[in-house]
Amino acid sequence: MAEGRFQVRRRAGVRLWLSAAWLIVLVIVALFAPYLAPKDPLEQDLFAGRLPPFWMQGADAAFLLGTDSLGRDVLSRIIFGTRIALTVAVISASLTCLVGAALGLLAGFYRGWVDVVVSRFIDIWMAFPPVLFSILLIAVIGPGLFSIILAIVVIDWTRFARVIRAEAMTQSAMDYVASARVAGRGRFGILLREILPNVLPIIVVLLTLEMGIAVIVEAILSFVNLSISTDDPTWGGMISEGRTSIHQAWWVLVFPLITLFLTVLSFSQLGEGLKNRFDPVLR
Amino acid sequence: MSFLSVRNLSARVKGGGPLLRDVSLDVAVGEVRGLVGESGAGKSMIGKAVLGILPKAVEITSGQIMLDGVDLLALPPAQRRIKVGATCALIPQDPLTALNPSRRIGVQITDRLVDILGWTRQRAEERALALLGEVQITEPTRVLRQYPHELSGGMRQRILIASAFAAEPKLIVADEPTTALDVTVQKQILKLIAALQVRHGTALLFVTHDLGVVSKVCQKLSVLYAGKVVEDSAVADFFRAPKHPYSAALLAATPKYTDPLAGLQPVPEAVIAAVRAEVAHG
Amino acid sequence: MALLQTLILRVITTAVTLLGVAVIVFFVIRVVPGNPIAMMLPPGATAEDIANLTAIYGLDKSIPQQFFIWGTGVLGGDFGTSITLKQPVLELVLGRLPATLELSVLALVMAIVIGGAAALTGTRLRETRVEGGIDVAQGMALSVPDFLWGLVLILVFGVLVPVFQISGRVTPSLQLPFVSDFYLVESLLRLRFDLSLDLLSHMLLPALALAIPLAAIIGQLLKQSLKETMHLDYVTLARTQGYSEAKVIWSQALPNAILPTLTLVGVQFTFLIGGTVIIERLFSYEGLGNMAIDAVINRDLPLIQGIVILFAVIFTGVNLLVDLTYAALNPRLRHG
Repeated sequence: MAEGRFQVRRRAGVRLWLSAAWLIVLVIVALFAPYLAPKDPLEQDLFAGRLPPFWMQGADAAFLLGTDSLGRDVLSRIIFGTRIALTVAVISASLTCLVGAALGLLAGFYRGWVDVVVSRFIDIWMAFPPVLFSILLIAVIGPGLFSIILAIVVIDWTRFARVIRAEAMTQSAMDYVASARVAGRGRFGILLREILPNVLPIIVVLLTLEMGIAVIVEAILSFVNLSISTDDPTWGGMISEGRTSIHQAWWVLVFPLITLFLTVLSFSQLGEGLKNRFDPVLR
Repeated sequence: MSFLSVRNLSARVKGGGPLLRDVSLDVAVGEVRGLVGESGAGKSMIGKAVLGILPKAVEITSGQIMLDGVDLLALPPAQRRIKVGATCALIPQDPLTALNPSRRIGVQITDRLVDILGWTRQRAEERALALLGEVQITEPTRVLRQYPHELSGGMRQRILIASAFAAEPKLIVADEPTTALDVTVQKQILKLIAALQVRHGTALLFVTHDLGVVSKVCQKLSVLYAGKVVEDSAVADFFRAPKHPYSAALLAATPKYTDPLAGLQPVPEAVIAAVRAEVAHG
Repeated sequence: MALLQTLILRVITTAVTLLGVAVIVFFVIRVVPGNPIAMMLPPGATAEDIANLTAIYGLDKSIPQQFFIWGTGVLGGDFGTSITLKQPVLELVLGRLPATLELSVLALVMAIVIGGAAALTGTRLRETRVEGGIDVAQGMALSVPDFLWGLVLILVFGVLVPVFQISGRVTPSLQLPFVSDFYLVESLLRLRFDLSLDLLSHMLLPALALAIPLAAIIGQLLKQSLKETMHLDYVTLARTQGYSEAKVIWSQALPNAILPTLTLVGVQFTFLIGGTVIIERLFSYEGLGNMAIDAVINRDLPLIQGIVILFAVIFTGVNLLVDLTYAALNPRLRHG
């Protein structure tokens, strides 16, 4: 049995490292996109529309993964799409984390009216269908990178706030908090020095998971044509176009979908892996 | 003739150390055998091995468990299950967790009589009612319709005892049946088990760490240390003159059977070291 | 008594939540740039035309005034009139709701069946390769949201092996004899199984996309509770009584393991309903979510309000229902 447990841990470790490796590759691709992309992602060539990927009949070797209906290079668009996806993931997840964790900590630690207000807002937020909420917000503030980030923060802060609030409450009841108080430390000092470090592992896990969610939200918004602009290369936008021409040119859907799938899977596996790593600390 | 005969049984944790070493013991028809030892000595494991409920991580490495002349370990699992279910029963340790919280008391007693032994529902219900009377539960009809959480620990243990005797088993394994109860209730429950055992003539394997209990209900006794039987005696002989030094020390460490004013004698280090060496070589 | 108190408290908080949702939606969508009235008139319309129409929809008044008028209407069952579709919002919304409900419930049933089967199999074959395989599959299913599973299903069962329909609710050329909007239920009641099959062949992939993540959650949680329950004494006792392992899991462990899973399924079911918005869009399924996205794109304010409120009512209603079911099923709470 001990052997079995070791096996499981090693397999989980492999998944963790594969996920991390894929995400590192993405970061490199995003940083060096102009050098890596074989074509200009915006360049249209109506005579080279819907060319299949390189191994199929009628392919043009210059377009490795084929072209979309406007003759734009699928590979180059995926490569440049990485930049938008990662930007959204990192910035929106960090801001969401900041807002949500702060509110959750305050509500869970200070309780009282702060908790009442925050909890009530969480309840209201939970009663909104999140996808519809985000589409609504983008419609209100108009499309664009900034809007997407704002929408994700406004909608997803409750994910952090709910969990962190509960955890802060548990930690507040622990003896070490009482002894810190006896030792004469102020309330805010306790929050920063005693509670926060103990909640930090959960925050890191949630942050990782949120990055995956942010990538998906961006793709969904692109899918309903509300993301950046229809010209800019986003994975969601490519998927949206691929969905309409699925019977004529499946590759326009398949390649960005695989990229998106692996990215979301990696963030999620990384988050779960970190959760297991932190588990002894949490218990 | 012994109804249960465990022959040279050894078991171990998969990939780990031994739990039972070459254990042999017999329980004759209608006889009560006590099985004593410190916690971790493996006494519960013997009962579990007989009933086929060893944890998945424990495997039997050698030996036989003869029940009514049949080697249980040689039977295919399904047959073994039925054989044990029809002739044996368990009185569990903790009455608080041994009843299913989401089902009424009545069906918890009658279901197996109907499902496994093929009784009619009516016969099973009459039987349950009669047994609750036998374990001195007042208002048995009402209790049969109640849920476990509505009853006290002592009541629940009575119900579990009634349930154990329901199918007139030939052998009952009682796994520390009074340990989880209040001291005041312990005595009543013990009397109840003894009375039912005599009335039904059931053989009993009584697992306990309490020599006081053994002196009251058992005729035979096996003392277990680190998975090995170090003494197998009649109870009367044991209390008069234990054969093994570890048994003697165990007896000395039990308050009621020595002069209470003399204080407790912890099992001497030297005795423990000696038994350890003996077990390791055996 | 305690139950009644809890119930009243829950109803009050639910009402507060719904009011909060109404206020937020109402104000947020009125910040929308672009006059929806101007969008619905032909290009040559005069400023006077626009002003007239704006007055008809009450959009010339101040926002708090508008909210008051709308709020009193809602309490009387009047959700206003859709600007683009020119029909009462309530009628439109209730016309689409059955499609979404049928899809959600089908997805829920699939999730329970798949997740339950996985948990029971995993428990029966615990500490084997099968359990390991189920765990890995569930981890995957859980990591990827419904939207992506929908796309994968479209590719696999719509394009590679085209066995199921990937768009719409029903084949348009079919003659539908239905009097209600619950097509699937009604087709079954009318014994028109040909129509049921056509409906199911449209619903299967979107329902599966919604069900996959939930099935994984149910499977994980149920298996965990089952395994905890399997160590308890009453399960051991049932084993000594001659019951088979499968029977012990099914009739002793399962009833007690279901309860903790149930609460979670309730919350997760609301997430699933929320997921229908994008899944309906993806599969061009004519339900509430698809209508909602159209309403947002067309700036149809009364319709957006109506749909969001309806979703919020469903969400809070499901949660309330789950809490009550939990109280009713738990004998410990029932007999206080």
